[in-house]
Amino acid sequence: MADLTDLSLLEAGAALRAGEVSSLELTRACLERIASLEPALHAFLAVAPAMAEAQAAAADHRLVESRRTDAASPAVLGIPFVAKDVLCVQGLPATAGSRILEGFRPPFTATAVQRLLNDGAVLLGKTNTDEFAMGSSTENSAYGVTHNPWSPDRVPGGSSGGTATAVAARMCFAGLGSDTGGSIRQPAAFCGVTGLKPTYGRVSRYGLIAYGSSLDSVGAMARSAADLTPVFETMAGHDSLDSTSLEAAPPRVGLDGSVRGLRLGVPAEYFLEGMQPAVEQAVRQAVEVFRGLGAQVIDISLPHTDLALPVYYVIAPAEASANLARYDGIRFGPRLSGAAEATPASLMDQYLATRGELFGPEVKRRIMLGTYALSAGYYDAYYGQAQRVRTLIKRDFERAFEQVDAIACPVAPTAAFPIGGHGDDPLSMYLEDVFTLPANLAGIPGLALPVGFDPGGLPIGMQLNGRPLSEPLLLRMADAYQRETDWHRRAPKIDDARPNEAPA
Amino acid sequence: MPLTLDQVRHIAALARLRLTAEEERRYAGQLSAILDYAERLQRVDTADVPPTAGVQDVRAPLRPDHPRPGLPRERALANAPATADGMFLVPPVLDV
Repeated sequence: MADLTDLSLLEAGAALRAGEVSSLELTRACLERIASLEPALHAFLAVAPAMAEAQAAAADHRLVESRRTDAASPAVLGIPFVAKDVLCVQGLPATAGSRILEGFRPPFTATAVQRLLNDGAVLLGKTNTDEFAMGSSTENSAYGVTHNPWSPDRVPGGSSGGTATAVAARMCFAGLGSDTGGSIRQPAAFCGVTGLKPTYGRVSRYGLIAYGSSLDSVGAMARSAADLTPVFETMAGHDSLDSTSLEAAPPRVGLDGSVRGLRLGVPAEYFLEGMQPAVEQAVRQAVEVFRGLGAQVIDISLPHTDLALPVYYVIAPAEASANLARYDGIRFGPRLSGAAEATPASLMDQYLATRGELFGPEVKRRIMLGTYALSAGYYDAYYGQAQRVRTLIKRDFERAFEQVDAIACPVAPTAAFPIGGHGDDPLSMYLEDVFTLPANLAGIPGLALPVGFDPGGLPIGMQLNGRPLSEPLLLRMADAYQRETDWHRRAPKIDDARPNEAPA
Repeated sequence: MPLTLDQVRHIAALARLRLTAEEERRYAGQLSAILDYAERLQRVDTADVPPTAGVQDVRAPLRPDHPRPGLPRERALANAPATADGMFLVPPVLDV
């Protein structure tokens, strides 16, 4: 067999069930791949070889048993995967990319991870993220930037950039991420993989380190929609540990390659002056592929799209400022005394020093923005007004979905930008999220899939948005597209790129 | 409307963040630019529009109230920087 890490998740699963390969072999192949590409790509904040090999051995035992008894085994049994380091896993550190959680070892495991582990998937490690998932490039990680496997001087996107890089670079077969304003879809697009942000509440947030609680979704990435499907099916469904998790029946995804008769909306507001021409071209060509497969393409309007950015950057920081109040140096994480010499530290000194020194610049920026937006005298003008405009954005989608079954648009205005490209200008970085924020504000699912490359050889992603709980439709559409095209099969030539010798 | 340094200091104090003088200056500029951008929300007529705090209109589901074990004390304390007698230890907050 060729390099095991080049197998798709579905091929690897079939080989496992047929007894042609063991989970331990797959796991060791991934660990070797990780060892050869790290720390150059820096996709991981923690790799757990011993734990992974133990899980793989247990999976092999289950595989042998199910072959012996001729019983069906779970689709992800024995499949190596990774989890973004905002998902808690008992026995492994959880940093959220922040120094304020250095050394923290959570006493519980996130439900999304636990469901994959219950079905015998093998966790290889935790992946890099912008600090507390706040960012679009992984440059805000306190532990260093992740490099895009297609071009090491480019960002992988963010905040789930470590997972996107690990999936694209064949260090695993699938990976989990979180998406509050585009943090799964944008890195998936920048790294040329398929990523799904589910409907708000579709996947439990239990054990996810919170950022913006009305926006946060746990989702996944893989190298194709077909590979992503069993991961999503395993994770999704009600969880009594998360009171916002939906009680809807577990999803049943049927991938039959058919999109005939589906109405696909293309919103005028998502094709902006100033976006990279190659992005618009690739997305419009992908829409033509859907038309060729029998979908009906309809021009639509989502008139409040340009307000999503200011709404998001009021609501998300406001929620973050409340969620991050818990990092006070008392129950977990390091503690700084903050006392002037020879005077005993007060509790207030300790709060100010611990939070002031251990939160990074973007996190402090958002905490202050949120604190201001929620403060007396400004609450209604900022937070209240943002919530009312959020209603208008949600209604835009409700009206559109009376007319169409799904919406096709770009994931981001450009392909992956250079590391350091946004300098010290937070607003220009926020504009990267302009096409992904609306789905979080409306709570609808969004799927990113590769639809081409720019002239520099960087992947371009298209987004499909659908009604709440329409993930099965989005996965079916993406799979139908991927049966017709091979963008998702292209792999970065990392060995030639020598990520540890990035051009100056 | 640009934020003054005093406003930045006030917000940082509310948020329990100690900032350097350089940070105060930088955040005054950056937060002003972001708030300036957010000003465009004020131009939207929302007179008859209800706020959206969360996207779910379903009521939070209730589960049966069965007692079950919580996190054991030693695991809850395991990550704390300082503990004493099975409790989190903090500097004195009362003058005695």
